[in-house]
Amino acid sequence: MKYESQKIAYAYFAVAMALFAIQVIGGLLAGFIYVFPNFLSELLPFNIVRMLHTNSLIVWLILGFFGAAYFLIPEEAEREIHSTKLAYLQLIILVVGTLGVVVTYVFNLFEGNWLLGKEGREFLEQPKWVKMGIVVAALIFLYNVSMTVLKGKKTAITNILLLGLWGLALLFLFAFYNPGNLALDKQYWWYVVHLWVEGVWELIMASILAYLMLKLTGVDREVVEKWLYVIVAAALFSGILGTGHHYYWIGTPAYWQWIGSIFSSLEVIPFFAMMAFAFVMVWKGRRDHPNKAALLWSLGCATLAFFGAGVWGFLHTLHGVNYYTHGTQITAAHGHLAFYGAYVCLNLAIFTYAMPILKNRDPYNQVLNMGSFWLMTSGMVFMTFVLTFAGTVQTHMQRVVGDYFMDVQDQVAIFYWMRLGSGVVVVLGALLFIYSIWVPRKEIIEPGAAETPAE
Amino acid sequence: MSDTSLIDELPGELLMWVLIISELLVFGAGLIAFMGVRLTDPAGFAEAQSHLYRTGAAFNTAVLVSSGYLAALALYWRQAARRGKARLALVGAALLGCVFLIIKGAEYADKAAQGISFESHPFFMFYYLLTGFHAAHVLAGVVILLFVAWRDDAHNIEAGAQFWHMVDLVWIMLFPVIYLLG
Repeated sequence: MKYESQKIAYAYFAVAMALFAIQVIGGLLAGFIYVFPNFLSELLPFNIVRMLHTNSLIVWLILGFFGAAYFLIPEEAEREIHSTKLAYLQLIILVVGTLGVVVTYVFNLFEGNWLLGKEGREFLEQPKWVKMGIVVAALIFLYNVSMTVLKGKKTAITNILLLGLWGLALLFLFAFYNPGNLALDKQYWWYVVHLWVEGVWELIMASILAYLMLKLTGVDREVVEKWLYVIVAAALFSGILGTGHHYYWIGTPAYWQWIGSIFSSLEVIPFFAMMAFAFVMVWKGRRDHPNKAALLWSLGCATLAFFGAGVWGFLHTLHGVNYYTHGTQITAAHGHLAFYGAYVCLNLAIFTYAMPILKNRDPYNQVLNMGSFWLMTSGMVFMTFVLTFAGTVQTHMQRVVGDYFMDVQDQVAIFYWMRLGSGVVVVLGALLFIYSIWVPRKEIIEPGAAETPAE
Repeated sequence: MSDTSLIDELPGELLMWVLIISELLVFGAGLIAFMGVRLTDPAGFAEAQSHLYRTGAAFNTAVLVSSGYLAALALYWRQAARRGKARLALVGAALLGCVFLIIKGAEYADKAAQGISFESHPFFMFYYLLTGFHAAHVLAGVVILLFVAWRDDAHNIEAGAQFWHMVDLVWIMLFPVIYLLG
C-alpha cells in the first residue's frame, strides 16, 4: 500500500462483504419460498425477501465500487485522498441508510408516509429519507474523489471511473421523480435502472478491470488505455438507446421496438470486447503476479459478463422474442448470470487483489479463494441453465399454449428445486470466499512459483 | 507490439472508426429489418412509398456527395498547407449539409401536411426512424465540420471528414432502399 488513505477501502470492502453474505442468504431464502410457498409468509413475505435480496445486492456492489475508487484513485492520481474523514462520514451515512431500509421493509414501518415509508417502485423502494441520504453520500464521494483527481495525475482509468461514478450519482436523481402515470413512471424508472447497469456501471467495470489488468499482467498503460476507450465508446453507443428494449410493452410508441432491438443487440459488443481485452492482456503480459486468485476472478468476470449480460441478454432482447418471454424465468436467468458475471465477480476480483495489500500481507490461501470461485461460479451457471429451462417451458405453456400462470408454476417446480440446490452451492461459495479473505494467515504461495507451465 | 500494428496503421482516429462501424451496424440492421417487414406487406409498402418525393431525395444525394467531395478537398488542401482554401471548403461542405437539411425538412413538412406520421404504416415508421436518425447525423456533421474549420488541425479535419463520409455512405444505402426499390 503506497498511500495511507487507501486504507479507507478496507472499511468499504468489509461492509460490502457483510451485505454480500446477507444478500446471498436472502436469495437462498427466496429460493426456498419458491418450493415451500407458505414458508414465513406472515413474518417475512416473499416480496420483502426479494426486495432485500435485490437492494442489498445493489448496495454492496456500489459500496464495492466506492471502495475500489478509494483504493485505486490514490495510486493512479499519485496522491492521498482529499479527505479521509469525509470518506468515513460517507460510509456511515450509507450504512445508516441501509439499516433504515432493512428495518422499514421488514416491519413495514410508516406505511404511506411520503418521507419515511417505502415507496413501492421495484428496486427504488427506499424511503425518501434514505434516497436523500444516498444523494448526500454520493455528493460527498464525488467531491472527495474529484478533488483528489483534479489535484493529482489524470489517467484514462480515473477519468473513465469518475465519468461512470458521476453518471451513477446523477442518474439516481431520477429516482425522485415519480409520475402518477404508470407508463411515464416506468419510462423514467429505467433511466436509473437501465442506464446504471447497461450504461455507467459498464464504465466503472471497464476502468476497474483495466486497473486490475495493468497491475496483474504488467502490460503497457498505453495499450490498456486504447482498449478502455474502445470499450467505453461501444458501451455508451449501444447502451443509451438500448434502453429502448424496456419500452416495448409499457405504452410507448411502436418505433421503440426497433430502436430497442437494434441498439440493445449491439450491447453484446462491449462485453465481448472486455472479454477479449482481459485475455489478450494476460497473453501479452510478462508479469507473473503472485495473486493468481485475483487474475482468476478478473478473467471469470469478463467471461461470465459476456455470457450473462451479453449472450443471455441477447437471448430475449429482440422484441419478437420478448413478446413471449417477457417477465418469465428467462429474465431471472439473465438477471442472475449478468449481475454475477459483470458486477459481483468484478467486486470480488478487486477485493481479492486489494485485501492482502490493505492487510499488508501476501495473498494467503489462494486455493480456498479459487475454490470459492469455482463453487460460486458453477452454482450460478447451473442456476442460470435451470432457470433458462424453466423459462423456456413456462414461455411455451403460458404464452404459447395459454395455460394459467399457477398451473405452469406447478409444472416447472422441478427446476425450482434444482435452483434451490444451486443456490446452496452459491451461498457456500460466498461464505468460503469471505472466510478465505479474512481468516487464513498461513500457506503463503511463493511469488512466481518455480514450476513452469507445460507449454 | 507486433499485433497492434494493424490498428496503428489505421489512418485517422481509432475511435472514429469504432463509431463508423457502430453506425453502419445500426443502419444496416435497420435496413435489414425494413426489408424483412416489407416482405410481409409488399403492396402496402409500395403504396406508402409512392407518397415519397423522389426527385428531392435524388437532388439531396447529389448535394451530400458534393459536400463529401468538398470535405475531402479540405483535407487535401490542409495537408498542402493551404489553410484558407481548406477552411472555405469545410464551410462549403457544412452549407451543403444545411441545404440537405432544408430539403429534408420540406419533405417532412409535406408528409405532415398529408397527415402521414410514424403510426400511419410500418413503412413510414422505418422511413422516419432511418431518415430521421440520418438527418440527426447530418446536423451533427454540420457542427463537426464547422468545428474543424475553426480548429483546423489536419488530424481534426481528417476525423471530421471521416464522420462526414460515413453520413454520405449511410445516405447512399438509405436512398435506393427506401425511395427507389420497386
